[in-house]
Amino acid sequence: MSLSRREFIGIGGAAVAGMALAPGLRLVELAQARSPDEAVTSLQRWGLLVDIGKCHDCDACVTACHEENGVTGHGRPATDPQWIRKVTLKDKQSGYVQTLPVMCQHCEEPPCVDVCPTGASFKRADGIVLVDKHICIGCRYCMMACPYKARSFVHEDTTDQKPQVPRGKGTVESCTLCVHRVDVGKIPACVKACNKDGNKAMVFGDLKDPNSDIRKQLAAGVSTQLRPDLNLNTGVRYRGI
Amino acid sequence: MIRKRKSCLAIVVALLTVVGFASSAPASEAKKPERIGPTVKIHRGEKCVEDTEFMRRNHMKVILHQRDETMHQGIRTTKHSLKNCVDCHADPKTNSVLDQEGFCSSCHEFASVKIDCFSCHTDKRDKNAVAVAPFKGVAKRVQP
Ligand code: SF4
Ligand code: SF4
Repeated sequence: MSLSRREFIGIGGAAVAGMALAPGLRLVELAQARSPDEAVTSLQRWGLLVDIGKCHDCDACVTACHEENGVTGHGRPATDPQWIRKVTLKDKQSGYVQTLPVMCQHCEEPPCVDVCPTGASFKRADGIVLVDKHICIGCRYCMMACPYKARSFVHEDTTDQKPQVPRGKGTVESCTLCVHRVDVGKIPACVKACNKDGNKAMVFGDLKDPNSDIRKQLAAGVSTQLRPDLNLNTGVRYRGI
Repeated sequence: MIRKRKSCLAIVVALLTVVGFASSAPASEAKKPERIGPTVKIHRGEKCVEDTEFMRRNHMKVILHQRDETMHQGIRTTKHSLKNCVDCHADPKTNSVLDQEGFCSSCHEFASVKIDCFSCHTDKRDKNAVAVAPFKGVAKRVQP
């Protein structure tokens, strides 16, 4: 096992903080209390669990995402950016219809990062896959490589971006797992909306923390990755497909 | 005749010179060129996060460094963040740093240096994030 200096310091910090805290406080709270000047570490891996059995005809997550991130279209569905979408599955035999939200799956082995010629596509230490738009040249290789069609190209000038979410013409973008929220200890906008206005079908948390809600729920029942055959070890998991 | 004209001219010139000097005294100020430079309006806070002199020369290095740390390591300190610059320096009327007399644009236009930041980042102040009255101390950012 090789630990970088920062990770080692991180562990030390967590241990010290752990000792100082009252028993019963979970590591996820320590994680969320990461101070703004501390770098993210691979001690965490953020993930999502979507229970399709609970997800019905509703698009609270999509609306909330696009509102939070200032993703606006021009009424041109073929080229308008889309960070999250509802996909409908229909069983041809029985006619049973299911819907599920699909967004960047935050792969552990992301093909988008493999193909990116510039290093703009990258995975953060905590598993969130992002595009560094300062570096992206808009070649769109990553869009071709992504098996989940999760990425969009910004074709037109952007105005009125959200202060925390820069977006610009000529670059590729996708779900950031609301990294600007996660970094300050909040949950992604889609999960918040699903819990509030939707069907409480989404859970967000640290996949590496044995005491986190998401880990417990994953351990308690069957769940799957989309296209598990690709061996990407996605951070987003589904239940009930 | 010619001589008369010449002397007349000399008198006029002499008079003009005297009048000229009298109206534009002291002489040293008359020679000073008109001050050229951009209008840089400071709207909020008494003090920048670094010395003004330092920032004039190095602001681009400071935000470049912060940019990489935030993007790749999730370090979200506000001191050197572009967002913090905009929150303080946006014009209270337009809420922007880019208009004709905008804090960023006025100087950059003068120096003829294109700013790339705002093709992706918003040039508008985050209305929720700043909760401090103008001109009273350095603006503090408050998370919404
Ligand atoms: S889902 Fe697509 S965009 Fe997201 S990490 Fe995987 S390959 Fe990259
Ligand atoms: S579009 Fe940008 S992020 Fe995607 S592969 Fe090309 S340079 Fe990398």
